[in-house]
Amino acid sequence: MTDRDAYPGDDGPVGIRFDRVSHGFDDQPVLTDVTLDLTERRIGIVGANGSGKSTLARMINGLVTPRDGTVTVNGLDVKRQAKLVRRQVGFIFTNPDNQIVMPTVQEDVAFTLRRRGLSADEIAERTSATLARFGLSELAERPAHRLSGGQKQLLALAAVLVAEPRIVVADEPTTLLDARNTRLITDLLVSLPQQVIVVTHDLDVLDDFDRVIVIDQGRVVADAVPALALASYRALLA
Amino acid sequence: MIGLYRPGTSLVHRAPTLLKLGLLAVIMVLIGLVADPAVLGGVLVAVVLLFLLAGIPPTAAWPQIGPVLWILAFAVPVQLLVAGFSAEGWVTAGLMVGRLVAAVVLAALFTLTTTVTAVLEAFQVLLNPFRRWLDPDRVGLLVALTIRCIPLVAEIVREVLDARKARGAQASVVALAVPVVVRSLYAADAIGEALAARGLDD
Repeated sequence: MTDRDAYPGDDGPVGIRFDRVSHGFDDQPVLTDVTLDLTERRIGIVGANGSGKSTLARMINGLVTPRDGTVTVNGLDVKRQAKLVRRQVGFIFTNPDNQIVMPTVQEDVAFTLRRRGLSADEIAERTSATLARFGLSELAERPAHRLSGGQKQLLALAAVLVAEPRIVVADEPTTLLDARNTRLITDLLVSLPQQVIVVTHDLDVLDDFDRVIVIDQGRVVADAVPALALASYRALLA
Repeated sequence: MIGLYRPGTSLVHRAPTLLKLGLLAVIMVLIGLVADPAVLGGVLVAVVLLFLLAGIPPTAAWPQIGPVLWILAFAVPVQLLVAGFSAEGWVTAGLMVGRLVAAVVLAALFTLTTTVTAVLEAFQVLLNPFRRWLDPDRVGLLVALTIRCIPLVAEIVREVLDARKARGAQASVVALAVPVVVRSLYAADAIGEALAARGLDD
């Protein structure tokens, strides 16, 4: 279960809460009356394409705000306090190319620390430590767009974690990667001290997770430990 | 700017970005005013020496000079034609070539020895007096994104060209333009979302 003491910067109320959340695009419902309390360290979200799982994940970062109901992250309402929420929630996208802003690896990691009131020395120190942590030091001066797919996703992860968020949400972070890089990224995500929520189609990576939520047509249809939830999901797909 | 930077610790690398930008601007103006081929030759030698001082072979500027040669291939004959292939026309054409090459190579040296972050910071310092009307941070972000989008759009174009070829529609402009525009817009949307996720949406 949750080891809250290990969260960086943990000094307030904890937990992600979806309270009777419904959402849709135009007339198409995407999520319907979802109520969840997410407190476990490792949570997986699975579901077919278009099931609403990515929308659910995006709500944790405030990228999508619910049409009805409320989503709170550590006591903060994502609709009214999106900026504060984003300081606590790091988000990893499927395609790292869309996440990389600066031309070189080092500059992109440092870019996250802009507007955080840190001195140039502090930014350089934290950037350097993060690059070393992810084995990216040797690539620091390399153009980010020339990295391999795995290296780009590693950079995206480093660029998020340099800000030391309390929660990391990853939306299909391994979809574009080969088996080796999938394992690398998954192992890294699982080893993080933060609460990690992963949306994925790769069911094997969820074996060591604490909880798996299955979404189907905008509703939570299974919510249990991986073995039970994944069995339910496989039955749904059959 | 996109991946051209060459790390180093030379005097040229370490010089303050604003000083480099200022000198670049002044020298560019002076190059434009030089009317003596010998002086211009001296400037070109000085530029080569600056490259050596930076520990960068002058050939590193070649990717920037290449496209300029196409312009010169058109401009020099026009210049000679206008001047009726006179001795004066040859001198003028030579000065034009020297000015353009010196300016481009000097700009390349700046790019090769200065990180984008340093350029952004310099821009922010320059724009600080106008903070009341312009957010320097926002302008810096705009410049960074513009630079970042060049390889991104180039990659989209390359993929669309491949797809067009695979579908046997090489001659179709529509088959190139429509997917490039649509995918670029989707990419812009995704980058905007990623910026918001990184807390840079205000």
